[in-house]
Amino acid sequence: MSVVRIPPTLRTDTGGEREVIAEGETVRDLLDDLMARFPTLDGKLEYANVYVGGEDIRTRDGFETPVSAGDTVILLPAMAGGSSAENAPHFPRG
Amino acid sequence: MATSSETPTVSLREAADLLAGDALFLDVREQGEWDLGHVPHAVHIPLGVLEDRVADELSDREREVVVYCAHGRRSLAALATLRALGYERSRHLSDGFEEWEKSGFPVVVPSTLEPDQRRRYSRHLLIPELGEAGQRRLLESSVLLIGAGGLGSPASLYLAAAGVGTLGIVDDDVVDESNLQRQIAHSTQRLGDPKVESARDTLTGLNPDVEVKTFNERLSSENIDRILAEGWDVIVDGADNFPTRYLVNDASVWHGIPVVHGSIYRFEGQATVFQPGEGPCYRCLFPTPPPPELAPSCAEGGVLGVLPGVIGSLQANETIKLLTGIGEPLVGRLLLFDALSATFTEVALRRDPDCPVCGEHPTVTEYVDYAEFCAAR
Repeated sequence: MSVVRIPPTLRTDTGGEREVIAEGETVRDLLDDLMARFPTLDGKLEYANVYVGGEDIRTRDGFETPVSAGDTVILLPAMAGGSSAENAPHFPRG
Repeated sequence: MATSSETPTVSLREAADLLAGDALFLDVREQGEWDLGHVPHAVHIPLGVLEDRVADELSDREREVVVYCAHGRRSLAALATLRALGYERSRHLSDGFEEWEKSGFPVVVPSTLEPDQRRRYSRHLLIPELGEAGQRRLLESSVLLIGAGGLGSPASLYLAAAGVGTLGIVDDDVVDESNLQRQIAHSTQRLGDPKVESARDTLTGLNPDVEVKTFNERLSSENIDRILAEGWDVIVDGADNFPTRYLVNDASVWHGIPVVHGSIYRFEGQATVFQPGEGPCYRCLFPTPPPPELAPSCAEGGVLGVLPGVIGSLQANETIKLLTGIGEPLVGRLLLFDALSATFTEVALRRDPDCPVCGEHPTVTEYVDYAEFCAAR
């Protein structure tokens, strides 16, 4: 059981939750558990970086990186915003 | 009264005693040596121009003179000149200034800051890690800000206040009422004005030491090399869109300029430093932009007004560290800030050997103009 931090851009998919508890022994298990409960996440997570214990899973064992109970898992998609993303046809507005 | 028959040398100890009296100390070293420190109240005339200038600086030929250089050789030559010109009470410090300094006799380092600069930057000058050398470095530095909006406003204000000598600002937008909730470089009086002009007036009003170069244009593959060619020590990326982020990243890698990155969304922000050759670049983190359908809808955005104040100030902090070489910059570390929980979290960023731009076998070797996601919505 681990805490997964949901980035603001994906919170509409988790009912607004900022953190959710997920089950699994590897990152893959955790993400599968998440997508089973929040199906609209499917297809959106592949563009997010995943950090376990502050380390990018790409520098560990990728989706097979083990997750221990109590680990915090951070999902981090690219964010572009410099000021607000309200109407950004002009750029850069920062 | 002393005459030319008197011993022409003085020891360090004698010189120190003379310093307390009426004797004039004459430094005949070069400007660069003088700038690193000299005897208090000394007069500086480099040996090469001594004969021409000494009469202007020293009209009283009866005055006792102690001439010195680094090791006592140039001062011996100067002594001959002085005596030939009638300064009969001149002697030289045969041990030289270096021994003087090593022995702990008083030395002053001349300030290259103007008196009003010494007052303006006094709280920097008091910090040993910065001091006058650090302040001079800031004054000689050039920083390019991408965007004069939420992040660029606080970042540029603090950099201008700190005395960064040249600030460039790239932005093609005009000041809109909806900006003023967070974009503190602008004001109600400037609605409708180009942001670069509004920001320039604010920044030079804050600190007239700062030269602001404005680029009232949209950053693109067409103009980025021209703008970067003006020579920048650091780029502060406060853009609000992916095409600009990737352009800035690729250009910074190819031009070898560090980027202080910041981004914000609602209550959360991030900051890091991309230092080409030393740490990862933006594409190590996110090799390509997400597809438009996964980018957050532009209409769903919004940001707490103070959030860019936090992240933009962190960017100014990192920039000052890079310029002055102090501290541990956020290279290889991404700092995440959550305004609601008031927590900072750090994750490690590593260089990706397969990075399409800074990796071992780059696949992106020219600028990519990604489509502007929001324009189509």
